Amino acid sequence: MSQMSAARGNSSAPAQTPLAYFAAQTIKAFNTNKTSWIGLAVFLIVIALAIFAPALAPFDPTDQNILEKLRPPSAEHWLGTDSFGRDTLSRLLYGARISLVIGVVSTLAAMLLGSAIGMLAGWHGGRIDTVTMQTMDVLLAFPSLILGLILVAMLGPSMLNIIIAIALTSIPPFARIARAPTIAIKEREFVLAGRALGYSDTRIVAGHILPNIFPEILVMGSLWLANAIRTEASLAFVGLGVKPPTPTWGGMIREGFENILDSYTLALMPSISILIVIFALNLLGDGLRDAVDPKLKGET
Amino acid sequence: MTAFVVRRLAFACVTLFAVLTLVFVLVRIVPGDPAQLILGDQASREAIESLRHRLGLDLPIGEQYAVFLSGALRGDWGVSMVTGQPVIREVLRVLPWTIELTVVSLILGILLGVPAGVYAAIHRNRLVDYAVRISSLLGLSFPPFVAAIVLLLAFAIALPWFPVISAQSGSFAAWYRSITLPAVSLGLISAAYITRVTRSAMLEVLSEDYVRTARAKGVPWNAVIWRHALRNALIPIITVVGLYLGILIGNSVLTEIVFSRPGLGKLLIGALNQRDYPMLQGMMVIYTLVVVLVNLLTDLTYGFVDPRVKLK
Amino acid sequence: MTTPVLAVRNLTTSFRVDEVWTTVVNGISFEIGPRETVAIVGESGSGKSVTALSIMGLLPAANSHVAGEILLEGRDLLKLPEGEMRKVRGNRISMIFQEPMTSLNPVLTLGFQIAEALIYHRNLDRAQAEAETLRILERVRIPSAASRLHEYPHRLSGGMRQRVMIAMALACMPKLLIADEPTTALDVTIQAEILELIKLLQDEEGMSVMFITHDMGVVAEIADRTVVMLNGNAVEQAPTASLFASAREPYTRALLAAVPRLGSMRGRPHPQRFPLVNAVTGEREVAAETGSTAAVSERPVLEVAGLVTRFDIRSGVLGRVSARVHAVEDVSFSLSAGETLALVGESGCGKSTTGRSILRLVEPQSGSILFEGRDVRALDHASLRAARRRMQMIFQDPFGSLNPRKPVGRAIAEPMMVHGLVDRSGAHDRVSELLRKVGLPPDMASRFPHEFSGGQRQRLCIARALALEPRVLVADEAVSALDVSIKAQVINLMMDLQAEMKLAYLFISHDIAVVERISHRIAVMYLGEVVEIGPRAAVIENPQHPYTKRLMAAVPVPEPGRRALRRGLSTTEVPSSVHDPGYVPAPRLYREVGPGHVVQAFDA
Repeated sequence: MSQMSAARGNSSAPAQTPLAYFAAQTIKAFNTNKTSWIGLAVFLIVIALAIFAPALAPFDPTDQNILEKLRPPSAEHWLGTDSFGRDTLSRLLYGARISLVIGVVSTLAAMLLGSAIGMLAGWHGGRIDTVTMQTMDVLLAFPSLILGLILVAMLGPSMLNIIIAIALTSIPPFARIARAPTIAIKEREFVLAGRALGYSDTRIVAGHILPNIFPEILVMGSLWLANAIRTEASLAFVGLGVKPPTPTWGGMIREGFENILDSYTLALMPSISILIVIFALNLLGDGLRDAVDPKLKGET
Repeated sequence: MTAFVVRRLAFACVTLFAVLTLVFVLVRIVPGDPAQLILGDQASREAIESLRHRLGLDLPIGEQYAVFLSGALRGDWGVSMVTGQPVIREVLRVLPWTIELTVVSLILGILLGVPAGVYAAIHRNRLVDYAVRISSLLGLSFPPFVAAIVLLLAFAIALPWFPVISAQSGSFAAWYRSITLPAVSLGLISAAYITRVTRSAMLEVLSEDYVRTARAKGVPWNAVIWRHALRNALIPIITVVGLYLGILIGNSVLTEIVFSRPGLGKLLIGALNQRDYPMLQGMMVIYTLVVVLVNLLTDLTYGFVDPRVKLK
Repeated sequence: MTTPVLAVRNLTTSFRVDEVWTTVVNGISFEIGPRETVAIVGESGSGKSVTALSIMGLLPAANSHVAGEILLEGRDLLKLPEGEMRKVRGNRISMIFQEPMTSLNPVLTLGFQIAEALIYHRNLDRAQAEAETLRILERVRIPSAASRLHEYPHRLSGGMRQRVMIAMALACMPKLLIADEPTTALDVTIQAEILELIKLLQDEEGMSVMFITHDMGVVAEIADRTVVMLNGNAVEQAPTASLFASAREPYTRALLAAVPRLGSMRGRPHPQRFPLVNAVTGEREVAAETGSTAAVSERPVLEVAGLVTRFDIRSGVLGRVSARVHAVEDVSFSLSAGETLALVGESGCGKSTTGRSILRLVEPQSGSILFEGRDVRALDHASLRAARRRMQMIFQDPFGSLNPRKPVGRAIAEPMMVHGLVDRSGAHDRVSELLRKVGLPPDMASRFPHEFSGGQRQRLCIARALALEPRVLVADEAVSALDVSIKAQVINLMMDLQAEMKLAYLFISHDIAVVERISHRIAVMYLGEVVEIGPRAAVIENPQHPYTKRLMAAVPVPEPGRRALRRGLSTTEVPSSVHDPGYVPAPRLYREVGPGHVVQAFDA
């Protein structure tokens, strides 16, 4: 027992409903590192911008105007134009949609599948666990970007295929992150008590273990969302993103790179956007990570 | 100790087999006929058939696998569709460039990241710590090609200190000029990761009982940090750095593109865009070999640092 | 009046947590004279460890504040700058800690860790330091000291590691040794050896010892004077003998009353509640004489015969079985309704595994477990679930036994709902009834586990176990993690419940003094086997097997007048119960030495 926690237990505060308790815990978690509020706020703003892109974009993102190509920022085109004369700002807003959709869907899929695999492997232990985790280890060891590149090249660069490729490469980390605490909690006495009380395996895993590792999985989710967005941009940069003329941030950076000597802003603007989104998600996830670590919470 | 190495090598071989099989399966899982995809829609039947025969695609799957495996193990990775050269020769030609970039970036990352992480851990929750944490978070938020482009813009275009195309060799000065920007762009991102893992490992170790014992003995603070704490923190740090090498290799692909540097990256992109299947297969094999080797090295390094491992 | 080695005056220590300053040590004062051993006693949260850390200056400077005077041979330590204080630590004052398993650095050799103190404080070079280290290792009676110099900590057992810690602490011959619960994590026989060692070294070195503990038996054995702490205050201090004989403060008297004394049940045939003293008023409870609760005439509710549980150790790339842990070997006993059978032994003897095997939380390899006449091992999944209603278990760690995310009312109701015993509305009433039964207010049902103290959580676990109306309750070190006074209260609760509900307890514990109070019969386990079993009085007062004798002799007795004679130092390493896969244990013979008292045959 740490020397700091002198008097534990016996609260005289009124009892709360579980919902209120968890809401309070969440707010407390955010307050552990105030930066996570900033991350959340920025991310929500980006989502809002993406959702309202059609209303906010001054131009149609695929509207070409060769006469206006590679213009610097002006009153008419706030962020300038690209090599086809399309408005950078509008393309940026619509590009956000692609990045967010791909990122969120692939991360959610990986989170669900990966956590399930990890939890089941951790719970059953033995041969199942060893085989599963060695498979995951092999996949993890391989550079995920390269695996993703090859997968997309094989399957063809469509939105669905990109989502599949990113999800597949994200499953092993989620499996790992779900397995470790499952194994730790499996040995905790309230799980043993549950078995002694006759609870079924499903009840224990879904009703007792999952709620306890949920926060860690969520935090991992937000950090991997950042990674997924980065991977999608890398794919687009290499030419394996969603096909033009759909605007993608990675594609815009590629165009900017090809024309770098003629126009600085074309490469710079989407770069800054990606950086902001990824940084915000990292702030969010990282800020929450301290709050969610069971050792720091004193529950272990 | 020998048993340890043997065991690791055995696992490495298993991994190699698994990935080679995966490669084989992946390349053949592609919807559509590879030969047709290569030649395009207008190709004649005879052309497609002859290409299929040349690629060995008309053999039964079992035989294809046997041919592929035996070839891979012998060093015969087929012939590139694009250049007509043996794949393995193309790969070995550019491999040194990639290795050089990866190694230099990693060293930069360690030299910068470890001290920063230790420093941040010692001054936990003070201004220095916050600065280090935020800047390292920012560092690893950069997609590698963005970092590369920013550096390119700043130091090769706006300030013409370095060349835009970094592919010179010869004198040390030339080498230095061509490797600096790419290595710095990768190195800074690596440093960000390494700083974070060092900081968290040190924090964990500093709260361990044996550190309290060392202080109770009257050991000076410096010795406590560097001898008692860091030695133990190295174990998780090595783990993470080993895992990170996979990411680093992936990132180097993008960096090589931005700085127009020869290396596996350019080879890979070319092969992807041109559907050069033999080349793709060969590249996957080489990447696997590299990764397996890295894992082996990591494990051996553990053996050095952690006495509990030696005696297994 | 000689100068005291250590004089603490008005020591006040506060911590800042979340911007709030809390006082943890509240103006305590005491002295330690030369060659004197002073014990600081208290329960958790009393501030005793914090006192030690304040004296050593090991608290984190940023969030702590220490005030008062700490005079080491007249010099105020609190006025020293850190550089000077560092020269005092490990040199004039040394400290050893509670957890030997984690207190040594795993990547540095033992020799180096001991030599370090010499290098920094005495300016010896490596060769001289090594020579001196060798001498110190021999003084702490570590066998084959020369070969240990270059070994790493993970090769040693807990007792050995504690000896190394002592060696480290004494390397520079300090004037004062602070020992913070050094034997709490060790087995009783090892504890006895370490206490002997400390006493011996104290005589040889002429140093003083400040011994922090919660175990009154240890206090009686080694301390000249005792300071009792409660919530940061020094409630009472006196020479040990007079403290035990005639304590003045109600808290001290309550503490002493709650301490189980081995031998106090002599002449009493049945288990008996602790005669507790109210900590605030000082009133003594009247302990009613309970008749026997054991229903020995009926068929035993649990009959175990030939139980064997082994764990495989796999290694190598293919995962071959390279060895087996023989955790439970040929264990047999029976348990009647209303009876308490204690399973005692030290760590690794297999008592916990036995308990878990009976409930099939671990699968035994062979043997029969007859519960109410039916073999538990033969049951299929569904019948096992039904059988589990009648056999329940309480565990050691009150903090880990409850799901932190469930309100406690739901946790207690869950088993009833799972087995279909009640519906929603009935559950609420039943939970209130159970809470009342274990002495907790029913309106706490909607609170979360972290809002309860350790003792309260253990009561909640008992309530949850009782929800299914079991007949057998396995208590696996159920009170070991609780403070002394709480321990006694929970034991009393368990005995009341036993009388009321005719529960049968399988009480697994390493604490023989507690076992003496609560058990009807005792089984002693060693290396997975039962070496002796019989009625409580017979096993404790007339032990036959050599291991049982050693065990009984090692228990510290809280009576200062009966300071154990020097037992003669021995350094015993426990043999291992890990064997090759092909190993077949030799058959064991048992003989009856008295009514119901059976002993395993041993070589005389």
